[in-house]
Amino acid sequence: MPRTARAVAPDTAPGTPGGVLFRATGIGVKRGGEWLVKGVDLTINPGEIVTLIGPNGSGKSTTAKVVLGLMRPDAGRIERAAALRVGYVPQRLAIDDTLPFTVRRLMTMTGPADDDAIVHALSRAGVGHLIDAAVQRLSGGEFQRALMARAILRRPDLLVLDEPVQGVDFAGEVALYELIRDIRDELGCGILLISHDLHFVMAETDRVLCLNHHVCCAGTPQSVAADPEYRRLFGPRAVEALAVYQHHHDHAHGPDGEVIPLASRDPAAHSHGDGAVCRLDHEHEHDHGHHGSGHDADDIHPIDPASATDGQ
Amino acid sequence: MVSDFILRAALAGIGVALVAAPLGCFVVWRRMAYFGDTMAHSALLGAAAAIAFDIDATLGVFIVSVLVALALLALERRGGLATDTLLGLLSHSALAVGLVVMGFMTGLRLDLFGYLFGDILAVGTNDLILIWGGGAVILAVLLRIWRPLLAATVAPDVAAAEGMNPARQRLIFMLLMAGVIAIAMKIVGILLITALLIIPAAAARRLAHTPESMAMIAAGIGALAVAGGLGAAVAADTPAGPTIVVAALVLFLIGLIPWHGKAADHG
Repeated sequence: MPRTARAVAPDTAPGTPGGVLFRATGIGVKRGGEWLVKGVDLTINPGEIVTLIGPNGSGKSTTAKVVLGLMRPDAGRIERAAALRVGYVPQRLAIDDTLPFTVRRLMTMTGPADDDAIVHALSRAGVGHLIDAAVQRLSGGEFQRALMARAILRRPDLLVLDEPVQGVDFAGEVALYELIRDIRDELGCGILLISHDLHFVMAETDRVLCLNHHVCCAGTPQSVAADPEYRRLFGPRAVEALAVYQHHHDHAHGPDGEVIPLASRDPAAHSHGDGAVCRLDHEHEHDHGHHGSGHDADDIHPIDPASATDGQ
Repeated sequence: MVSDFILRAALAGIGVALVAAPLGCFVVWRRMAYFGDTMAHSALLGAAAAIAFDIDATLGVFIVSVLVALALLALERRGGLATDTLLGLLSHSALAVGLVVMGFMTGLRLDLFGYLFGDILAVGTNDLILIWGGGAVILAVLLRIWRPLLAATVAPDVAAAEGMNPARQRLIFMLLMAGVIAIAMKIVGILLITALLIIPAAAARRLAHTPESMAMIAAGIGALAVAGGLGAAVAADTPAGPTIVVAALVLFLIGLIPWHGKAADHG
Protein backbone atom coordinates (compact mmCIF):
# COMPACT_ATOMS: atom_id res chain seq x y z
CA MET A 1 0.00 0.00 0.00
CA PRO A 2 1.45 3.35 -0.97
CA ARG A 3 2.69 5.44 1.90
CA THR A 4 3.11 9.16 1.97
CA ALA A 5 6.07 10.73 3.64
CA ARG A 6 4.80 13.23 6.15
CA ALA A 7 6.12 16.73 5.91
CA VAL A 8 4.79 17.82 9.27
CA ALA A 9 5.17 15.69 12.33
CA PRO A 10 3.54 17.38 15.30
CA ASP A 11 4.71 15.01 17.96
CA THR A 12 2.63 16.49 20.71
CA ALA A 13 0.21 13.72 21.49
CA PRO A 14 0.69 12.61 25.08
CA GLY A 15 1.48 8.97 25.69
CA THR A 16 2.35 8.30 22.10
CA PRO A 17 6.07 8.75 21.89
CA GLY A 18 6.85 9.32 18.27
CA GLY A 19 5.18 6.17 17.06
CA VAL A 20 1.96 5.50 15.27
CA LEU A 21 -1.36 5.93 17.05
CA PHE A 22 -3.01 3.00 15.42
CA ARG A 23 -1.92 0.32 13.02
CA ALA A 24 -4.05 -2.44 11.57
CA THR A 25 -2.43 -5.13 9.47
CA GLY A 26 -4.54 -7.38 7.28
CA ILE A 27 -7.63 -7.06 9.45
CA GLY A 28 -10.87 -8.73 8.50
CA VAL A 29 -14.31 -8.83 10.08
CA LYS A 30 -16.60 -11.77 9.46
CA ARG A 31 -20.33 -11.77 10.17
CA GLY A 32 -22.69 -14.60 9.36
CA GLY A 33 -20.04 -16.43 7.34
CA GLU A 34 -19.27 -13.43 5.14
CA TRP A 35 -16.32 -11.11 5.27
CA LEU A 36 -17.55 -7.55 5.73
CA VAL A 37 -14.01 -6.37 5.20
CA LYS A 38 -10.86 -8.32 4.58
CA GLY A 39 -7.16 -7.64 4.32
CA VAL A 40 -7.33 -4.02 5.40
CA ASP A 41 -4.08 -2.27 6.27
CA LEU A 42 -4.50 1.04 8.01
CA THR A 43 -2.04 3.25 9.83
CA ILE A 44 -2.83 6.51 11.56
CA ASN A 45 0.00 8.74 12.73
CA PRO A 46 -0.25 11.74 15.04
CA GLY A 47 -1.23 14.89 13.13
CA GLU A 48 -2.39 12.92 10.14
CA ILE A 49 -5.77 12.85 8.45
CA VAL A 50 -6.73 9.56 6.85
CA THR A 51 -9.94 9.41 4.85
CA LEU A 52 -11.89 6.23 4.23
CA ILE A 53 -14.09 6.40 1.16
CA GLY A 54 -16.20 3.75 -0.44
CA PRO A 55 -19.76 3.01 -1.51
CA ASN A 56 -22.50 2.27 1.03
CA GLY A 57 -22.00 -1.14 2.58
CA SER A 58 -18.36 -1.29 1.61
CA GLY A 59 -17.20 -1.83 5.18
CA LYS A 60 -16.23 1.74 6.10
CA SER A 61 -18.19 1.76 9.35
CA THR A 62 -17.01 -1.74 10.20
CA THR A 63 -13.42 -0.63 9.76
CA ALA A 64 -14.08 2.45 11.89
CA LYS A 65 -15.60 0.28 14.62
CA VAL A 66 -12.47 -1.83 14.69
CA VAL A 67 -10.36 1.32 15.01
CA LEU A 68 -12.62 2.53 17.83
CA GLY A 69 -12.35 -0.80 19.58
CA LEU A 70 -16.11 -1.42 19.28
CA MET A 71 -15.56 -4.52 17.16
CA ARG A 72 -12.98 -7.25 17.33
CA PRO A 73 -11.47 -8.22 14.01
CA ASP A 74 -11.63 -11.91 13.09
CA ALA A 75 -8.36 -11.72 11.24
CA GLY A 76 -5.28 -9.58 11.23
CA ARG A 77 -3.40 -7.66 13.84
CA ILE A 78 -4.02 -4.40 15.65
CA GLU A 79 -1.59 -2.16 17.46
CA ARG A 80 -2.65 0.80 19.50
CA ALA A 81 -0.47 3.38 21.20
CA ALA A 82 -0.42 2.91 24.96
CA ALA A 83 -3.12 4.88 26.78
CA LEU A 84 -4.55 6.05 23.47
CA ARG A 85 -7.22 8.67 24.09
CA VAL A 86 -9.95 8.22 21.52
CA GLY A 87 -12.60 10.71 20.47
CA TYR A 88 -15.58 9.68 18.38
CA VAL A 89 -17.93 11.87 16.39
CA PRO A 90 -20.79 9.68 15.19
CA GLN A 91 -23.13 10.65 12.41
CA ARG A 92 -26.23 10.83 14.56
CA LEU A 93 -27.33 9.99 18.03
CA ALA A 94 -30.74 8.52 18.66
CA ILE A 95 -31.59 10.48 21.78
CA ASP A 96 -35.16 10.04 22.89
CA ASP A 97 -37.19 13.25 23.09
CA THR A 98 -38.15 12.41 26.65
CA LEU A 99 -34.56 12.96 27.80
CA PRO A 100 -33.85 16.59 28.69
CA PHE A 101 -30.32 16.78 27.34
CA THR A 102 -28.63 20.05 26.49
CA VAL A 103 -25.46 20.66 24.54
CA ARG A 104 -23.78 21.53 27.86
CA ARG A 105 -24.63 18.06 29.15
CA LEU A 106 -23.36 16.48 25.96
CA MET A 107 -19.99 18.06 26.68
CA THR A 108 -19.70 16.36 30.06
CA MET A 109 -21.28 13.10 28.97
CA THR A 110 -18.27 10.87 29.59
CA GLY A 111 -16.38 13.01 32.07
CA PRO A 112 -16.58 16.23 34.05
CA ALA A 113 -15.25 19.50 32.65
CA ASP A 114 -15.19 23.02 33.96
CA ASP A 115 -17.63 25.52 32.61
CA ASP A 116 -15.09 27.93 31.08
CA ALA A 117 -13.52 25.11 29.11
CA ILE A 118 -16.95 24.02 27.86
CA VAL A 119 -17.84 27.54 26.75
CA HIS A 120 -14.47 27.95 25.04
CA ALA A 121 -14.69 24.62 23.19
CA LEU A 122 -18.21 25.36 21.98
CA SER A 123 -17.34 28.83 20.72
CA ARG A 124 -14.24 27.44 19.07
CA ALA A 125 -16.51 25.06 17.15
CA GLY A 126 -18.87 27.94 16.35
CA VAL A 127 -21.79 26.77 18.45
CA GLY A 128 -21.24 28.76 21.65
CA HIS A 129 -24.76 30.18 21.38
CA LEU A 130 -26.26 26.68 21.51
CA ILE A 131 -24.88 25.75 24.92
CA ASP A 132 -28.33 25.46 26.49
CA ALA A 133 -30.12 24.10 23.43
CA ALA A 134 -31.65 20.64 23.54
CA VAL A 135 -29.45 18.23 21.61
CA GLN A 136 -32.49 16.81 19.85
CA ARG A 137 -33.23 20.22 18.29
CA LEU A 138 -29.85 20.70 16.59
CA SER A 139 -29.50 20.60 12.84
CA GLY A 140 -27.08 18.12 11.30
CA GLY A 141 -24.30 20.69 11.02
CA GLU A 142 -24.84 22.11 14.51
CA PHE A 143 -24.81 18.63 15.94
CA GLN A 144 -21.53 17.79 14.23
CA ARG A 145 -20.04 21.03 15.56
CA ALA A 146 -21.23 20.28 19.07
CA LEU A 147 -19.60 16.86 18.87
CA MET A 148 -16.41 18.42 17.53
CA ALA A 149 -16.48 20.81 20.47
CA ARG A 150 -16.49 17.69 22.65
CA ALA A 151 -13.38 16.58 20.83
CA ILE A 152 -11.71 19.95 21.42
CA LEU A 153 -12.59 19.69 25.11
CA ARG A 154 -11.43 16.10 25.49
CA ARG A 155 -8.21 16.51 23.51
CA PRO A 156 -8.07 13.01 22.07
CA ASP A 157 -4.96 11.52 20.47
CA LEU A 158 -7.09 9.89 17.81
CA LEU A 159 -10.36 11.34 16.53
CA VAL A 160 -12.74 9.29 14.41
CA LEU A 161 -15.38 11.17 12.42
CA ASP A 162 -18.18 9.24 10.75
CA GLU A 163 -19.50 11.09 7.71
CA PRO A 164 -19.34 14.46 9.42
CA VAL A 165 -20.73 16.45 6.50
CA GLN A 166 -23.75 14.33 5.73
CA GLY A 167 -26.90 16.40 5.58
CA VAL A 168 -24.91 19.62 5.69
CA ASP A 169 -25.20 22.13 2.87
CA PHE A 170 -22.31 23.09 0.62
CA ALA A 171 -21.06 26.11 2.56
CA GLY A 172 -21.45 24.23 5.81
CA GLU A 173 -19.46 21.35 4.37
CA VAL A 174 -16.50 23.56 3.57
CA ALA A 175 -16.65 25.14 7.01
CA LEU A 176 -16.81 21.76 8.74
CA TYR A 177 -13.77 20.51 6.86
CA GLU A 178 -11.91 23.64 7.93
CA LEU A 179 -12.90 23.00 11.53
CA ILE A 180 -11.67 19.42 11.29
CA ARG A 181 -8.36 20.63 9.93
CA ASP A 182 -8.06 23.25 12.66
CA ILE A 183 -8.72 20.62 15.32
CA ARG A 184 -5.98 18.50 13.84
CA ASP A 185 -3.61 21.47 13.79
CA GLU A 186 -4.40 22.54 17.33
CA LEU A 187 -4.47 19.16 18.99
CA GLY A 188 -1.92 17.42 16.79
CA CYS A 189 -4.21 14.41 16.89
CA GLY A 190 -4.55 11.77 14.22
CA ILE A 191 -7.90 11.84 12.44
CA LEU A 192 -9.79 9.07 10.71
CA LEU A 193 -12.50 10.51 8.49
CA ILE A 194 -15.20 8.34 6.97
CA SER A 195 -17.04 9.49 3.91
CA HIS A 196 -19.18 8.08 1.18
CA ASP A 197 -19.21 11.52 -0.29
CA LEU A 198 -16.93 11.28 -3.28
CA HIS A 199 -17.48 14.87 -4.19
CA PHE A 200 -15.07 16.07 -1.63
CA VAL A 201 -11.90 14.83 -0.25
CA MET A 202 -10.15 17.40 1.80
CA ALA A 203 -6.85 18.63 0.54
CA GLU A 204 -5.60 18.17 4.06
CA THR A 205 -6.21 14.46 3.83
CA ASP A 206 -2.82 12.85 3.95
CA ARG A 207 -4.05 9.53 2.70
CA VAL A 208 -7.22 8.17 1.21
CA LEU A 209 -8.22 4.55 1.55
CA CYS A 210 -10.72 3.50 -1.02
CA LEU A 211 -12.64 0.61 0.44
CA ASN A 212 -14.92 -1.97 -1.10
CA HIS A 213 -14.75 -4.89 1.34
CA HIS A 214 -11.02 -4.70 0.76
CA VAL A 215 -8.67 -1.80 0.13
CA CYS A 216 -9.07 -1.06 -3.57
CA CYS A 217 -6.44 1.57 -3.58
CA ALA A 218 -4.78 3.91 -1.17
CA GLY A 219 -2.57 6.93 -1.29
CA THR A 220 -2.84 10.66 -1.67
CA PRO A 221 -6.19 12.00 -2.92
CA GLN A 222 -4.54 12.63 -6.27
CA SER A 223 -3.06 9.19 -6.70
CA VAL A 224 -6.32 7.52 -5.65
CA ALA A 225 -8.29 9.53 -8.18
CA ALA A 226 -5.87 8.41 -10.86
CA ASP A 227 -5.98 4.78 -9.81
CA PRO A 228 -7.68 2.44 -12.30
CA GLU A 229 -9.23 0.54 -9.37
CA TYR A 230 -10.90 3.72 -8.18
CA ARG A 231 -12.17 4.44 -11.68
CA ARG A 232 -13.46 0.90 -11.99
CA LEU A 233 -15.28 1.08 -8.65
CA PHE A 234 -16.89 4.46 -9.01
CA GLY A 235 -16.91 4.90 -12.79
CA PRO A 236 -15.31 7.65 -14.84
CA ARG A 237 -17.90 10.17 -13.64
CA ALA A 238 -16.57 9.79 -10.14
CA VAL A 239 -13.22 11.15 -11.19
CA GLU A 240 -14.94 14.35 -12.14
CA ALA A 241 -16.78 14.25 -8.88
CA LEU A 242 -13.77 13.68 -6.69
CA ALA A 243 -12.91 17.25 -6.13
CA VAL A 244 -10.23 18.24 -3.75
CA TYR A 245 -11.02 21.19 -1.61
CA GLN A 246 -7.83 23.13 -1.60
CA HIS A 247 -6.34 26.54 -1.11
CA HIS A 248 -3.95 28.19 -3.50
CA HIS A 249 -0.74 27.16 -1.87
CA ASP A 250 2.11 25.12 -3.13
CA HIS A 251 3.86 24.52 0.13
CA ALA A 252 3.34 23.34 3.63
CA HIS A 253 4.69 24.57 6.94
CA GLY A 254 6.73 22.73 9.46
CA PRO A 255 6.00 23.04 13.17
CA ASP A 256 8.32 26.03 13.41
CA GLY A 257 6.95 27.65 10.33
CA GLU A 258 9.57 26.74 7.77
CA VAL A 259 8.31 26.22 4.27
CA ILE A 260 8.28 22.70 2.94
CA PRO A 261 7.71 22.33 -0.78
CA LEU A 262 4.98 19.84 -1.38
CA ALA A 263 6.80 18.06 -4.14
CA SER A 264 8.94 16.38 -1.53
CA ARG A 265 6.05 14.86 0.35
CA ASP A 266 3.80 13.91 -2.47
CA PRO A 267 5.51 12.32 -5.41
CA ALA A 268 2.21 11.06 -6.78
CA ALA A 269 1.04 14.60 -7.34
CA HIS A 270 3.59 15.09 -10.08
CA SER A 271 1.61 13.27 -12.66
CA HIS A 272 -1.31 15.57 -12.03
CA GLY A 273 0.38 18.82 -12.82
CA ASP A 274 -1.29 21.28 -10.52
CA GLY A 275 -2.36 18.79 -7.88
CA ALA A 276 -0.89 20.87 -5.15
CA VAL A 277 -1.93 20.09 -1.65
CA CYS A 278 -2.12 22.70 1.00
CA ARG A 279 -1.42 22.05 4.61
CA LEU A 280 -2.31 24.87 6.86
CA ASP A 281 -0.78 25.47 10.21
CA HIS A 282 -1.62 27.94 12.91
CA GLU A 283 0.47 30.59 11.23
CA HIS A 284 -2.02 30.78 8.42
CA GLU A 285 -4.72 33.00 9.71
CA HIS A 286 -7.54 32.44 7.35
CA ASP A 287 -10.84 33.84 8.29
CA HIS A 288 -12.85 30.71 8.69
CA GLY A 289 -16.29 32.19 8.66
CA HIS A 290 -18.15 30.12 11.16
CA HIS A 291 -20.69 28.90 8.74
CA GLY A 292 -18.48 28.96 5.73
CA SER A 293 -20.35 31.75 4.07
CA GLY A 294 -17.07 33.40 3.15
CA HIS A 295 -16.13 30.65 0.78
CA ASP A 296 -17.28 30.25 -2.72
CA ALA A 297 -16.98 27.52 -5.25
CA ASP A 298 -13.60 28.85 -6.41
CA ASP A 299 -12.08 26.91 -3.58
CA ILE A 300 -13.12 23.69 -5.17
CA HIS A 301 -11.00 22.13 -7.84
CA PRO A 302 -11.46 18.89 -9.65
CA ILE A 303 -8.51 16.53 -9.54
CA ASP A 304 -8.33 16.17 -13.25
CA PRO A 305 -7.92 19.56 -14.90
CA ALA A 306 -9.37 18.14 -18.08
CA SER A 307 -12.72 17.26 -16.58
CA ALA A 308 -15.69 19.52 -16.19
CA THR A 309 -15.83 21.68 -13.10
CA ASP A 310 -19.28 20.76 -11.95
CA GLY A 311 -17.58 19.79 -8.72
CA GLN A 312 -20.65 19.56 -6.54
CA MET B 1 -57.39 8.42 63.05
CA VAL B 2 -54.83 7.06 60.62
CA SER B 3 -54.44 3.40 61.42
CA ASP B 4 -51.13 1.62 61.51
CA PHE B 5 -51.76 -0.46 58.43
CA ILE B 6 -52.52 2.61 56.36
CA LEU B 7 -49.39 4.32 57.63
CA ARG B 8 -47.33 1.26 56.78
CA ALA B 9 -48.96 1.08 53.37
CA ALA B 10 -48.17 4.74 52.69
CA LEU B 11 -44.55 4.37 53.81
CA ALA B 12 -44.13 1.24 51.69
CA GLY B 13 -45.75 2.77 48.63
CA ILE B 14 -43.78 5.99 48.87
CA GLY B 15 -40.57 4.04 49.36
CA VAL B 16 -41.20 2.06 46.20
CA ALA B 17 -42.23 5.16 44.25
CA LEU B 18 -39.04 7.02 45.22
CA VAL B 19 -36.93 4.18 43.81
CA ALA B 20 -39.11 3.26 40.84
CA ALA B 21 -39.40 6.78 39.40
CA PRO B 22 -35.67 7.48 38.72
CA LEU B 23 -35.25 4.01 37.26
CA GLY B 24 -38.44 4.59 35.31
CA CYS B 25 -36.82 7.66 33.73
CA PHE B 26 -34.14 5.41 32.28
CA VAL B 27 -36.81 2.97 31.13
CA VAL B 28 -38.45 5.85 29.25
CA TRP B 29 -35.19 7.31 27.91
CA ARG B 30 -33.99 3.92 26.75
CA ARG B 31 -37.41 3.03 25.31
CA MET B 32 -37.57 -0.07 27.43
CA ALA B 33 -41.16 0.13 28.68
CA TYR B 34 -42.09 -3.19 27.15
CA PHE B 35 -38.87 -4.68 28.43
CA GLY B 36 -39.83 -3.63 31.96
CA ASP B 37 -43.25 -5.16 31.43
CA THR B 38 -41.68 -8.44 30.35
CA MET B 39 -39.48 -8.55 33.43
CA ALA B 40 -42.43 -7.70 35.66
CA HIS B 41 -44.65 -10.38 34.13
CA SER B 42 -42.01 -12.96 34.89
CA ALA B 43 -42.36 -12.07 38.57
CA LEU B 44 -45.33 -14.43 38.97
CA LEU B 45 -43.12 -17.29 37.84
CA GLY B 46 -40.57 -16.05 40.34
CA ALA B 47 -43.13 -16.10 43.14
CA ALA B 48 -44.17 -19.64 42.15
CA ALA B 49 -40.54 -20.76 42.02
CA ALA B 50 -39.95 -19.23 45.44
CA ILE B 51 -42.76 -21.35 46.89
CA ALA B 52 -41.56 -24.47 45.06
CA PHE B 53 -37.98 -24.11 46.25
CA ASP B 54 -39.00 -22.72 49.61
CA ILE B 55 -37.03 -19.50 49.34
CA ASP B 56 -38.00 -15.90 50.05
CA ALA B 57 -40.54 -14.60 47.52
CA THR B 58 -38.65 -11.35 46.90
CA LEU B 59 -35.47 -13.27 46.17
CA GLY B 60 -37.34 -15.65 43.86
CA VAL B 61 -38.84 -12.78 41.91
CA PHE B 62 -35.47 -11.05 41.64
CA ILE B 63 -33.72 -14.16 40.35
CA VAL B 64 -36.38 -15.06 37.78
CA SER B 65 -36.59 -11.45 36.50
CA VAL B 66 -32.83 -11.42 35.99
CA LEU B 67 -32.96 -14.78 34.20
CA VAL B 68 -35.71 -13.56 31.87
CA ALA B 69 -33.74 -10.39 31.12
CA LEU B 70 -30.63 -12.44 30.34
CA ALA B 71 -32.66 -14.81 28.17
CA LEU B 72 -33.95 -11.83 26.25
CA LEU B 73 -30.45 -10.46 25.71
CA ALA B 74 -29.27 -13.85 24.50
CA LEU B 75 -32.21 -14.23 22.08
CA GLU B 76 -31.69 -10.70 20.86
CA ARG B 77 -28.03 -11.39 20.16
CA ARG B 78 -28.90 -14.58 18.33
CA GLY B 79 -31.04 -12.55 15.93
CA GLY B 80 -33.83 -13.85 13.73
CA LEU B 81 -36.76 -12.30 15.58
CA ALA B 82 -37.47 -8.64 16.15
CA THR B 83 -37.06 -7.42 19.71
CA ASP B 84 -40.72 -6.56 20.16
CA THR B 85 -41.71 -10.05 19.03
CA LEU B 86 -39.27 -11.54 21.52
CA LEU B 87 -40.61 -9.28 24.26
CA GLY B 88 -44.20 -10.25 23.55
CA LEU B 89 -43.24 -13.89 23.43
CA LEU B 90 -41.31 -13.82 26.71
CA SER B 91 -43.70 -11.50 28.51
CA HIS B 92 -46.82 -13.56 28.02
CA SER B 93 -45.05 -16.90 28.18
CA ALA B 94 -43.59 -16.00 31.55
CA LEU B 95 -47.00 -14.89 32.80
CA ALA B 96 -48.75 -18.00 31.46
CA VAL B 97 -46.11 -20.39 32.81
CA GLY B 98 -46.34 -18.61 36.15
CA LEU B 99 -50.13 -19.04 36.24
CA VAL B 100 -49.89 -22.71 35.25
CA VAL B 101 -47.26 -23.42 37.90
CA MET B 102 -49.38 -21.60 40.45
CA GLY B 103 -52.29 -23.81 39.36
CA PHE B 104 -50.36 -26.91 40.39
CA MET B 105 -49.98 -25.60 43.90
CA THR B 106 -53.60 -26.16 44.84
CA GLY B 107 -52.74 -27.34 48.31
CA LEU B 108 -51.31 -23.97 49.27
CA ARG B 109 -53.21 -20.88 50.21
CA LEU B 110 -52.23 -18.56 47.36
CA ASP B 111 -53.46 -15.06 46.87
CA LEU B 112 -53.26 -14.84 43.08
CA PHE B 113 -55.12 -11.55 43.03
CA GLY B 114 -52.57 -10.13 45.44
CA TYR B 115 -49.68 -11.14 43.20
CA LEU B 116 -51.32 -9.67 40.11
CA PHE B 117 -52.62 -6.41 41.57
CA GLY B 118 -50.72 -5.98 44.80
CA ASP B 119 -51.75 -6.04 48.41
CA ILE B 120 -50.38 -2.83 49.83
CA LEU B 121 -52.68 -2.82 52.85
CA ALA B 122 -51.17 -6.13 53.99
CA VAL B 123 -47.64 -4.68 54.19
CA GLY B 124 -45.85 -5.67 57.39
CA THR B 125 -42.86 -4.24 59.22
CA ASN B 126 -40.55 -6.74 57.52
CA ASP B 127 -41.80 -5.61 54.11
CA LEU B 128 -41.08 -2.02 55.10
CA ILE B 129 -37.52 -2.90 56.07
CA LEU B 130 -37.07 -4.75 52.79
CA ILE B 131 -38.51 -1.91 50.71
CA TRP B 132 -36.53 0.91 52.35
CA GLY B 133 -33.35 -1.14 52.75
CA GLY B 134 -33.47 -2.61 49.27
CA GLY B 135 -34.57 0.71 47.84
CA ALA B 136 -31.61 2.49 49.44
CA VAL B 137 -29.21 -0.03 47.93
CA ILE B 138 -30.80 0.31 44.48
CA LEU B 139 -30.66 4.12 44.61
CA ALA B 140 -27.06 4.09 45.85
CA VAL B 141 -26.01 1.88 42.94
CA LEU B 142 -27.98 4.02 40.49
CA LEU B 143 -26.30 7.16 41.81
CA ARG B 144 -22.91 5.54 41.44
CA ILE B 145 -23.42 4.52 37.80
CA TRP B 146 -25.44 7.62 36.88
CA ARG B 147 -22.98 9.25 34.48
CA PRO B 148 -21.87 6.10 32.63
CA LEU B 149 -25.45 4.82 32.46
CA LEU B 150 -26.60 8.13 31.04
CA ALA B 151 -23.74 8.10 28.52
CA ALA B 152 -24.65 4.52 27.59
CA THR B 153 -28.23 5.69 27.09
CA VAL B 154 -27.37 8.72 24.98
CA ALA B 155 -24.55 7.28 22.88
CA PRO B 156 -23.43 3.73 23.65
CA ASP B 157 -20.85 3.69 20.85
CA VAL B 158 -19.30 6.98 21.90
CA ALA B 159 -19.23 5.86 25.53
CA ALA B 160 -17.55 2.59 24.56
CA ALA B 161 -15.05 4.29 22.26
CA GLU B 162 -14.16 6.70 25.04
CA GLY B 163 -13.39 3.94 27.49
CA MET B 164 -16.70 3.31 29.22
CA ASN B 165 -18.47 -0.02 29.31
CA PRO B 166 -22.10 0.38 28.17
CA ALA B 167 -22.73 -3.37 28.18
CA ARG B 168 -21.86 -3.54 31.85
CA GLN B 169 -24.02 -0.48 32.65
CA ARG B 170 -26.89 -2.13 30.85
CA LEU B 171 -26.47 -5.31 32.88
CA ILE B 172 -26.34 -3.39 36.16
CA PHE B 173 -29.42 -1.46 35.11
CA MET B 174 -31.28 -4.72 34.51
CA LEU B 175 -30.30 -5.97 37.96
CA LEU B 176 -31.67 -2.74 39.44
CA MET B 177 -34.89 -3.19 37.47
CA ALA B 178 -35.23 -6.74 38.80
CA GLY B 179 -34.69 -5.36 42.30
CA VAL B 180 -37.41 -2.74 41.91
CA ILE B 181 -39.81 -5.31 40.51
CA ALA B 182 -39.09 -7.59 43.47
CA ILE B 183 -39.84 -4.91 46.05
CA ALA B 184 -42.73 -3.35 44.11
CA MET B 185 -44.69 -6.55 43.49
CA LYS B 186 -46.45 -6.43 46.84
CA ILE B 187 -47.41 -2.76 46.38
CA VAL B 188 -49.05 -2.59 42.94
CA GLY B 189 -48.79 -6.17 41.71
CA ILE B 190 -46.89 -7.48 38.71
CA LEU B 191 -49.40 -6.27 36.13
CA LEU B 192 -49.06 -2.66 37.19
CA ILE B 193 -45.39 -2.32 38.15
CA THR B 194 -44.48 -0.82 34.77
CA ALA B 195 -47.03 1.92 35.39
CA LEU B 196 -45.21 2.96 38.57
CA LEU B 197 -41.98 3.05 36.57
CA ILE B 198 -43.03 5.04 33.54
CA ILE B 199 -46.07 7.17 34.37
CA PRO B 200 -44.28 9.42 36.91
CA ALA B 201 -41.33 9.74 34.50
CA ALA B 202 -43.62 10.68 31.62
CA ALA B 203 -45.46 13.19 33.83
CA ALA B 204 -42.15 14.76 34.93
CA ARG B 205 -40.82 15.29 31.42
CA ARG B 206 -42.36 18.69 30.75
CA LEU B 207 -41.33 20.07 34.10
CA ALA B 208 -37.68 19.07 33.88
CA HIS B 209 -34.65 20.68 32.23
CA THR B 210 -32.01 18.15 33.18
CA PRO B 211 -31.98 14.37 33.52
CA GLU B 212 -31.42 14.73 37.26
CA SER B 213 -34.32 17.12 37.82
CA MET B 214 -36.54 14.82 35.77
CA ALA B 215 -35.64 11.90 38.05
CA MET B 216 -36.36 13.93 41.18
CA ILE B 217 -39.62 15.39 39.91
CA ALA B 218 -40.68 11.90 38.84
CA ALA B 219 -39.94 10.62 42.33
CA GLY B 220 -42.09 13.38 43.80
CA ILE B 221 -44.95 12.66 41.40
CA GLY B 222 -44.68 8.95 42.20
CA ALA B 223 -44.86 9.61 45.94
CA LEU B 224 -47.79 11.97 45.44
CA ALA B 225 -49.59 9.33 43.37
CA VAL B 226 -49.09 6.76 46.11
CA ALA B 227 -50.39 9.09 48.82
CA GLY B 228 -53.33 10.28 46.75
CA GLY B 229 -54.18 6.84 45.41
CA LEU B 230 -54.00 5.24 48.82
CA GLY B 231 -56.19 7.94 50.33
CA ALA B 232 -58.73 7.57 47.55
CA ALA B 233 -58.70 3.77 47.86
CA VAL B 234 -59.40 3.93 51.56
CA ALA B 235 -62.11 6.56 51.13
CA ALA B 236 -63.86 4.90 48.20
CA ASP B 237 -63.04 1.31 49.15
CA THR B 238 -61.39 0.54 45.81
CA PRO B 239 -58.40 -1.79 45.25
CA ALA B 240 -55.33 0.15 46.40
CA GLY B 241 -52.78 -0.85 43.72
CA PRO B 242 -54.91 0.08 40.72
CA THR B 243 -56.11 3.25 42.47
CA ILE B 244 -52.48 4.36 42.90
CA VAL B 245 -51.90 3.86 39.18
CA VAL B 246 -55.06 5.83 38.41
CA ALA B 247 -53.79 8.62 40.66
CA ALA B 248 -50.48 8.64 38.72
CA LEU B 249 -52.45 8.80 35.47
CA VAL B 250 -54.45 11.77 36.79
CA LEU B 251 -51.20 13.58 37.66
CA PHE B 252 -49.88 12.84 34.18
CA LEU B 253 -53.06 14.21 32.60
CA ILE B 254 -52.89 17.35 34.75
CA GLY B 255 -49.38 17.83 33.41
CA LEU B 256 -50.73 17.74 29.85
CA ILE B 257 -52.91 20.79 30.43
CA PRO B 258 -51.21 23.69 28.64
CA TRP B 259 -50.00 26.39 30.97
CA HIS B 260 -47.74 29.32 30.45
CA GLY B 261 -44.95 28.55 32.82
CA LYS B 262 -41.37 28.72 31.62
CA ALA B 263 -41.19 24.95 31.48
CA ALA B 264 -43.94 24.79 28.91
CA ASP B 265 -41.89 26.14 26.05
CA HIS B 266 -39.16 23.64 26.64
CA GLY B 267 -40.88 20.40 25.94
